[in-house]
Amino acid sequence: MKKEDTKPTLEARRGFLAKLAGAATCAGAAVGAAGLGVVPAVSAKNEAPPEGASFPAKDYDWTKHQWGFGVDATKCIGCLRCVEACKTENDVPRNAHQFRTWVERYVHLEGEHEVRVDSQQDPVNINASGSEKEFRFANRYKDAKVDKAFFVPKLCNHCTHPACVQVCPTGATYRTEDGVVLIDHDYCIGCRYCVQACPYGARYFDEVRGVSDKCTWCYHRITKGLRPACVEVCPVGARIFGDQKDKQSPISLFIRNNRVQVLRPESGNAPNVFYVGIDKEVN
Amino acid sequence: MESIIHFSPYTGWVYPNETVFEWSVLIAVYPYLTGLVAGAFTVSSLYQVFGFKRLKPVAHMALLTSLSFMIFVPTPLLLHLGHPERAFNSTITPHLTSAMAMFGFFASFYVALLILEGWFAYRPFIVDQAQKRIGLPGKFYGLLTLGSHDVSEHAMHYDRKWIFALAVIGIPAAHGLHGYVGFMYGSLKAREWWSSDLMPVIFLFSAIISGVSLLAVLYVVSCKLRKIPVDLACLKGLAYTIWAFIMVALVLEGLEFANIVYKGREGVDMIMQYVTGPLLIPYFILQFAVGAITPLLWLSYMIWRGTTGRALVVGVTVCACLVLFSVFMMRWNVVIGGQEISKTGKGLLSYHMTFWGKEGALMAILLTMAPLGLLYVLTRLFPPWADDASHGHS
Repeated sequence: MKKEDTKPTLEARRGFLAKLAGAATCAGAAVGAAGLGVVPAVSAKNEAPPEGASFPAKDYDWTKHQWGFGVDATKCIGCLRCVEACKTENDVPRNAHQFRTWVERYVHLEGEHEVRVDSQQDPVNINASGSEKEFRFANRYKDAKVDKAFFVPKLCNHCTHPACVQVCPTGATYRTEDGVVLIDHDYCIGCRYCVQACPYGARYFDEVRGVSDKCTWCYHRITKGLRPACVEVCPVGARIFGDQKDKQSPISLFIRNNRVQVLRPESGNAPNVFYVGIDKEVN
Repeated sequence: MESIIHFSPYTGWVYPNETVFEWSVLIAVYPYLTGLVAGAFTVSSLYQVFGFKRLKPVAHMALLTSLSFMIFVPTPLLLHLGHPERAFNSTITPHLTSAMAMFGFFASFYVALLILEGWFAYRPFIVDQAQKRIGLPGKFYGLLTLGSHDVSEHAMHYDRKWIFALAVIGIPAAHGLHGYVGFMYGSLKAREWWSSDLMPVIFLFSAIISGVSLLAVLYVVSCKLRKIPVDLACLKGLAYTIWAFIMVALVLEGLEFANIVYKGREGVDMIMQYVTGPLLIPYFILQFAVGAITPLLWLSYMIWRGTTGRALVVGVTVCACLVLFSVFMMRWNVVIGGQEISKTGKGLLSYHMTFWGKEGALMAILLTMAPLGLLYVLTRLFPPWADDASHGHS
């Protein structure tokens, strides 16, 4: 994988840190969540990566890790900091149609049978944010009687048996030893078979670069001991990340202390994003 | 950035990344062309292997048609790729679990087989031309003889054995190739509309009817252009073949649809909403009613009444055109239809085809017609007409 594809520029990093500071200030909930021990106290967020570091970092041994991701949907407040942080961190096209991560909103209204689902890309929500570069959920149900509502953050599931990897004709997309599904942008031919094969809609096609793209769990960060950008900025600790080989890591504790579930288990993909607090409609 | 993203309008709930339609009309053209290859080859095999003598007037044209279309099969894919210059990555370093990577090998093998069979079939003609013609054409045919000028009865007998063997191998190769195209869609579990075990077989039978229909049309047109009478026995043979395979194709498609509805798995509500809404006309009306049931009934009527003469020629030609249209609609309904039903099972998208551009309607039409241009050139270089004295192996 090309170094410049994955290593964020200094400017992007500064922008990201600025957003981070903003998010930390505005979200009082974060304090509470950190106090409860949901957000790990140790954070490397202010540590800049060493100059000219190789990718992955020189001293990184992928056989020593098995990364995992958790989503606690009961905590998500739909602030969409994660979506914006991801776009900034990973140079995701600034539009409302291509995302490495997104947040879904599920709303049951009184007297209605069907759940209403939307995400930040919904035109109503884009109108509310006023731009395709920033995201927010419109308060579209303020006059309705809501029975039940919740948010569900979504991202690539980094499956153990990924359908996208199976169908890739060149092997440009592959699963690493440490359990992350990546794309070699220098080898991808841009056929989009992987986009079709993913049952979760996690992949998009980058028209400018002519290749498929998706969440990497910020591989350029996690291999340097940092957390994925979305995890870093989440003010409520709804996103949990860690090494499953470390029994005391946030993800190990999350899986051990909760009844977790995965999306579409019947697909046989064996996802590695574990959910708590999602409802029957979520897939 | 925004200017190059053509997002699709949608209703209900669709994943954010789904709002960009990834597989355009060109990906519907690709299986269409492959199907015509397989179908045309079927006609050639019926004559070469199974001795359907009445198909002799189209046997060689079937080979040329198959080759012309096969050469253009990769073009829609190449135009679609984000990095066409890297296309050979899938052949040089294929990913062995990928249906698409393996397709490249099957297709290459089949092209080689087609060229080899064509060479044997035309060898007497090539040798004859190499000896008769002078200048550049003489050199061209001389080169194609590959140094073998022996057209003795012994050599011809040897050639016929090769043609037979290649045709026998070609039948599973051609049909495997096209069944495989169906597998490329049917094996994807992300979409309920595609994920079907019947998909390869459905693709195969629709391929056969499309290829045979194409030959029927090409044969009638070629007779008109050459101002010779249409061999009615041959045309009837093609009509019987279309009739037989259209029956199977229809039954299979019906069974598949019944399966989806009867199983009623998650997302079936959206499928029902789709087929009774946006897909009603392309699927039930155009693909089934107009393109399949109408020709089936018309052909049945002609067979029953023993229609002959001009009425038969017109009838079969129109039916063949309808079948060609129906099979294209089938490809469209699979490729585009599959993407119009969201993976969420809770929403529908709508594809808007552009006219211009490398993945627009004009390009789709050009790519579908281009093999006919190549076929025209090939028929000038290698006349496939059975009534021609200088014809190759009979």
